[in-house]
Amino acid sequence: MIVKRAELSFFERLYLPTLLGGLKVTARHFFRKKVTMQYPEQKWTVPPNYRGAPYLVKDQVGRTKCVSCQLCEFVCPPKAIRITPPGPSGGSDSGNVEKGPLEFDINMLRCIFCGFCQEVCPEEAIFLMNDYSLTGTSRQEMIYDKDKLLALGGVHQDRIQKWKRKAQEALHQGVAP
Amino acid sequence: MNLEFLLFSALKVVGVFALVMPMIAYSVMAERKISAWIQDRVGPNRVGPQGMLQPLADGIKFLLKEDFTPAHVRKAYFWLAPAIAMVPAFLTMAVIPFGSTIGHQKMVIADLNVGILYTFGIVSLGVYGIVLAGYASNSKYPFLGGIRSSAQMISYELAMGLAVIPVFMLVGDLNLSKVIEYQSNHGWLVLYAPFSFVIFLVSSFAETNRLPFDMPESESELVAGYHTEYSSMKFALFFMGEYANMISASAMMVTLFFGGWTLPWFSEPALSNAWMYGALHIGVFIAKMLAFMVLFIWIRWMLPRFRYDQLMDLGWRRFLPFALLNVLAYAVWLWVRA
Repeated sequence: MIVKRAELSFFERLYLPTLLGGLKVTARHFFRKKVTMQYPEQKWTVPPNYRGAPYLVKDQVGRTKCVSCQLCEFVCPPKAIRITPPGPSGGSDSGNVEKGPLEFDINMLRCIFCGFCQEVCPEEAIFLMNDYSLTGTSRQEMIYDKDKLLALGGVHQDRIQKWKRKAQEALHQGVAP
Repeated sequence: MNLEFLLFSALKVVGVFALVMPMIAYSVMAERKISAWIQDRVGPNRVGPQGMLQPLADGIKFLLKEDFTPAHVRKAYFWLAPAIAMVPAFLTMAVIPFGSTIGHQKMVIADLNVGILYTFGIVSLGVYGIVLAGYASNSKYPFLGGIRSSAQMISYELAMGLAVIPVFMLVGDLNLSKVIEYQSNHGWLVLYAPFSFVIFLVSSFAETNRLPFDMPESESELVAGYHTEYSSMKFALFFMGEYANMISASAMMVTLFFGGWTLPWFSEPALSNAWMYGALHIGVFIAKMLAFMVLFIWIRWMLPRFRYDQLMDLGWRRFLPFALLNVLAYAVWLWVRA
């Protein structure tokens, strides 16, 4: 396919008259409304499904949903998540959840906000939420531990409520702890 | 050479310098604001009201930044080049009449009878700073920038010089104050010599290394061209030199073609004790000069860069013959008129 190049007219070849056309264009833009958003006085609205900072969630009843399966730690591309699994004690502090992490650290400086941890989690325990500007005064401060992640994550409206159903089944089967 | 003359000359030198330096700082600011407005965005608006104290922040940045000399440069020339780049820009302002008189003093630092000759001589020195910077940096991109710049500036100096000759043929005198006097009597010279003005305008863009003749510092091609290896104060000197060159070129255009400090109805030189008139004349001059600065900035953010061969082609094969023909035409016309 051959692209036809338009022949320049005589006035266009003189170059200088076309400068006036250019001056008109730039002048027009000079007087237009500017598209700049004055951050931080005006902030943009975060779209849904935005991949912000990852946080841990609790369900409506207050259970920590993370069961320390460590799938997110293994899938994380920059290895930002560090989990210390519990010993035989189980380590969970909420309801009838059998296992929970002893320590759960996400290094926000390493995190690339890819969302793999949210995608791979079988318990819907970690979500990428709306925070996009994280600041801290030292590298140590930017490693968020479990308490901070749970505090920032808030409550997840769990529709499946697996642990509640498990508790009810155990009750029916007569093996409730 | 009496004491009074020396004293007032020193005062004028200090005054011009003190006026031009803030003007340079604020023309950088104006460039950023105007370029932003043309691009549908707002320029710097955080430092001070509407960002007007931004040059202060820039100045402090330049003073506090690390002044780094790479190991592979030729030290003596590396340190010398920015100074050589900046000095001619200020020297050309010595002959430009920026007002009529204040008191008994003429508002021009050096009322030379060969004003324009002095100017073109000094402008030619401006090439050396850039070439030296490119050579001293001992690295690919600055070298290319320096070479291109020297070729470009030399080519367009010729066109510039030849383009202005008709102006002086009409006026009959090389003294810049006499040029202004002629214009106050006969009307602005841009009406008598429009082609000269066009060639001079385009050549000044080339002389000051401004887009569309941006080759020496072509920001997307040569990293930063001849001032790649420079940081902090040395870069600030180059930067200031470039804007001082622009101011000087604007002042020259205003003087030669647009009547200097005169307005068509307002061209009587100030009487001996009329301070107000003298100051007003200086104001008129500065206003016209600022209009030209805005034009410089406006065109920069409008046009794409010339390719190097197109640039040289324009300088040698189009402007030079055209300027020569221009001179010939005016000579014939003046001869016929006499």
